[in-house]
Amino acid sequence: MGKRVLVIEDEPNIIEAIKFFLSRDGWEVFTHSNGHDALEAVDRRAPDLLILDVMLPGRSGYEILRELRAQERWAKLPVLILTARGQTKDREMAAAAGASRFMTKPFSNTDILEAVRELAEA
Amino acid sequence: MARDTLTGTRIRERRTALRLKQAELAEAAGISASYLNLIEHNRRRIGGKLLLSIARILEVEPSALVEGAEVALIAALREAAAARPDLKAELDRIDEFAGRFPGWAALLADSRKRIDALERTVETLTDRLTHDPHLAASLHDMLSTVTSIRSTAGILAETGEIEPEWRDRFHRNINEDARRLAESSTALVRYLDSADSEANLTSPQEEVEAFLEENAYHFPVLEEGSRTVDEIVDGSASLTMAASRDAMRRYLSRYARDVTRIPPAPLRDFVAAQGFDPAALAQAFDAPLGSALHRLATLQAEAGLGPLGLVICDASGTLLFRKPLDEFPLPRFGAACALWPLFTALTRPAQPIYRLVEQSAREARRFETFSVAEPTGGMRFGDVARIEAVMLFRPSFDSQRAGQTGQAPVPIGVSCRICARTGCSARREPSVLAEGL
Repeated sequence: MGKRVLVIEDEPNIIEAIKFFLSRDGWEVFTHSNGHDALEAVDRRAPDLLILDVMLPGRSGYEILRELRAQERWAKLPVLILTARGQTKDREMAAAAGASRFMTKPFSNTDILEAVRELAEA
Repeated sequence: MARDTLTGTRIRERRTALRLKQAELAEAAGISASYLNLIEHNRRRIGGKLLLSIARILEVEPSALVEGAEVALIAALREAAAARPDLKAELDRIDEFAGRFPGWAALLADSRKRIDALERTVETLTDRLTHDPHLAASLHDMLSTVTSIRSTAGILAETGEIEPEWRDRFHRNINEDARRLAESSTALVRYLDSADSEANLTSPQEEVEAFLEENAYHFPVLEEGSRTVDEIVDGSASLTMAASRDAMRRYLSRYARDVTRIPPAPLRDFVAAQGFDPAALAQAFDAPLGSALHRLATLQAEAGLGPLGLVICDASGTLLFRKPLDEFPLPRFGAACALWPLFTALTRPAQPIYRLVEQSAREARRFETFSVAEPTGGMRFGDVARIEAVMLFRPSFDSQRAGQTGQAPVPIGVSCRICARTGCSARREPSVLAEGL
């Protein structure tokens, strides 16, 4: 079995597409679609990499990421942030929250694949 | 160089634009080429029949050769120069520039106007994206759908072999997302259309002012107590942005507070008995003078008080509320004239200030102004007091009051940019109006 990736995103068709091409790339893909219990999902799935949307029902991706980074277990987990907002201040917010990479929507499958591979190898 | 001494330059510009040789024009006009050369270099004055003849050959009105650039063009160039004072454009040679290079001058003026319009649009759009949660959510939703379509289409186009059940599922997803995108984009266009039907790309400030104007600055339902501030704001279809609703809540809360201090029926009785007397009104109701000025402005039409304008600013001089009069406009952007008694009041808190002022319009109009600055929002030890100044103004129908005080009118403007007063000690920036306008 390959490495484990958890995708936290509320748009079901985006989840389905990401799940499809990452599975084909050899990843074991888990998905979750809300912010309320996102931290529990991370603990349960224990991923090697996290793909995290910013605007989620219940809690923002930044909030979740800040809490994750505060835990020693997840302090170094590679996290790829997905957001529809790509202004400098959004990038700064992502960096301040502890993001490893930042990607704006709409992205291509190749963008995600490359980012995930690079993060896994880092 | 004065404008009328550039006739020769304009003749040369026009001739070269028509690709006429100097000799050809001279021959057609019945003069020597060397004489035309002197004219074109502004070394000989031209007028009368010769001017008419050359204008006819060059297919322009004689006035275009004599008067040169329009006043509007000069004013637009001044405005362009005022926008970048650091570049030190040669304002003393503006006529010469516009006269010698009318095409470049028009291009520069037009570019400046376009930059202004674009900056304004960007500002408004940024404002809207920041303060309009509905718009932000709609755009986020659309981008998510586009992402989904792009990702799914990428899989179908770029993956060699896909199991039939996956392929069918992705086709269904694309179809579903495309329908969603069509619906959300149509809804967004409808929303933007409805929000912009009154004024294209309005800002929160413009929305608030349009709402106040719509209601003639008077809210009887608040005065009678039949509706609350929240009910008025939430029930308004024209306040579409969160920022404009917040601003209107703040203003209407002030309005409600002043209604409590000076209720409508006793106010009407007072005005019927004593007429327009802000100080006596404040005293009669044991209310701050600022509240009395505000109440008079809100009840002006009903109480038959004639036109009354009102402006409120905070301690930084930022205008918080504007109720203009036709002949006393208030600046929508940028700072107001520093000579307004409103700002004098800020320097003397709690001191009522009466001033007769004269606006710098073509026909100078006089206004009576009543100003006061007072603390607002309660006072606590250790806190910095929040001061707001209020100025009520009305056309000076009779100068009896001014006569009593023996005051000469204070010359004021609206804001420096659109004030043509020369030699004003309070000027902060150049005027965009040509001198003498």
